[in-house]
Amino acid sequence: MLGAGARPNRHAVNIVERPIPKTRAEVSTVAFSAYAYLFSELISYAMDRAASITELEERLDKVGYEVGTRMMELLSYREKTVRRKPEVLDVLKFIHSTAWPFLFGKPANDLQQANAADDEYMISDHDLLVGRYISVPRSYATFVPGSIVAGIVRGMLDAAGFPAHRGGGGGGGGAPQKSTTILVKFEAAVMARQAALENARRG
Amino acid sequence: MPPRPLPQLEQINAEIFTLTYGSIVRQLIADFEDLDEVNKQLDQMGYNIGVRLVDEFLAKSKMGRCSSFREAAEVVGRQAFPMFLNVAANVTNWNTDGTECSLILADNPLADFVELPEEYKGELRYSGLLCGVIRGALEMVNMDVDARFVQDMLRGDEVYEIRLRLKEHRAEAFPFKDDD
Repeated sequence: MLGAGARPNRHAVNIVERPIPKTRAEVSTVAFSAYAYLFSELISYAMDRAASITELEERLDKVGYEVGTRMMELLSYREKTVRRKPEVLDVLKFIHSTAWPFLFGKPANDLQQANAADDEYMISDHDLLVGRYISVPRSYATFVPGSIVAGIVRGMLDAAGFPAHRGGGGGGGGAPQKSTTILVKFEAAVMARQAALENARRG
Repeated sequence: MPPRPLPQLEQINAEIFTLTYGSIVRQLIADFEDLDEVNKQLDQMGYNIGVRLVDEFLAKSKMGRCSSFREAAEVVGRQAFPMFLNVAANVTNWNTDGTECSLILADNPLADFVELPEEYKGELRYSGLLCGVIRGALEMVNMDVDARFVQDMLRGDEVYEIRLRLKEHRAEAFPFKDDD
């Protein structure tokens, strides 16, 4: 019931002064199916506009990127001790163990370093929440709904100061194995900074 | 009709929902320079969502048929909105005919962290997707409506108000003729 003393008009206050829920418990939720519908409409729309599967994935990646940068800011604000994360592994662990549960309700399943190169890391999720109701037809076999999540990860890394891009494919896996792997390839500047940090610590 | 207890659907963090929607609107603005086109696209996307959403709603809420537009509007505001978006919408401002009403929302998860820049405030219906959803859903139950935002907090109003206007309430048309 709307009463005289109802919720104060949030929009009357300047946007950067508005209160944000500070703890995890206060964050509101919506029905998962609402998100699923929105996501599937996004994919439909992007499929219409894109000329190829790569372009489709790029569009999703861009949408995810915007989400990721803002998500990083929100999450950092909510952390108990606000500390910058100078190390590559720190920020990856943050994404794996803090961001993932916040977004999807459970930590990501796996965080590994790729064997081939030391600037590549992989985050895996065995059952990607957003892709649950998306079925990929044979003609789009290489399409990975997880592209949006790859974009989110890329956005988060960028906001934390670790510019990266997707290396290789996202890997959807065949029918029995439904896991999604996001390959992160850090830029050279990041690796150089990492090496300098390590040297400083050693020396 | 006493409201039934709403089934609790699986939940997801509202912020990812809000941010994803914002990102989608941004993409649309980048793709179509014209804001009117963006509004149309959002409405169309909403319509597509609505026609599928109504199935889920009817299945999960186990509702019977609504006998009138008045009842349908109440159901949309009191049951559907809370079920999917966890916000309640009040139904008010009925006109004398019973063919127009307003849905008042105090809170809109689609527009949580949003501030519209000046050049968009005039034309962009940021939450236009919602109008499309309502239109699509009601069309599937044989009510043609027209849904528009008349008050929008993003443009400085106090609340969000969607004006619903019933254009036609079609009789349930049985798709097969008996004598075929």
